[in-house]
Amino acid sequence: MPEEFKPGCARPTGGPVGEIADLDVDSLKSGEITNKEEKKAMIKVGQKAPDFTAPAYHQGKFVNIKLSEYLGKWVVLCFYPGDFTFV
Amino acid sequence: MSVDSVFVHKMWNDNELSKMVKGGVPFPMLSDGGGKVGTVYGIYDDSNGIETRGRFIIDPDGVIQGYEVLTPPVGRNVSESLRQIQAFQLVRNSKGTEATPSGWKPGKATLKPGPDLVGKVWEVWKTSQAFD
Repeated sequence: MPEEFKPGCARPTGGPVGEIADLDVDSLKSGEITNKEEKKAMIKVGQKAPDFTAPAYHQGKFVNIKLSEYLGKWVVLCFYPGDFTFV
Repeated sequence: MSVDSVFVHKMWNDNELSKMVKGGVPFPMLSDGGGKVGTVYGIYDDSNGIETRGRFIIDPDGVIQGYEVLTPPVGRNVSESLRQIQAFQLVRNSKGTEATPSGWKPGKATLKPGPDLVGKVWEVWKTSQAFD
């Protein structure tokens, strides 16, 4: 599944995969959503999790992870403020 | 997943976390430099340049079943996350015929929503079950 990679001096990065769902038209018409930053659909339960790729450290190796490769499994995706941040 | 690089993840795992968990962190430690993924998930705090404590439960179809977001100083309750996953798995396995009431955990009674249960939940579920 995850592909191992050999890192160079550039910091490896990932990001969202595919198009980010557009805002709903009603919000646009009503003027609730005005600037570009807010033109991203809010995350909602019952909807598809946005796909992404991300470099990762896993059991001694650097690998590339893609969320959609985990279809068929239950996934817990946890974000946290930063390494070494105590909690 | 955090904004730290995979190099920092390695240092944190190898030098600290592996002293708490034998063998180190068993799952991939993801890097989200710039918070691009965190932004899409709505948990990136761009004024501080960090991700908040967002936790998403994603089912085998890739559908988000639940999420929780906390500010940095308060840690999560892993047991509650596991309980929720067990509840979502039960509901999925029942093909939606069963629901888990407040306070449900494995072994406790579920509800079977339908015309017969309307107005009758008080007969089969007590508020004490939310706490025991």
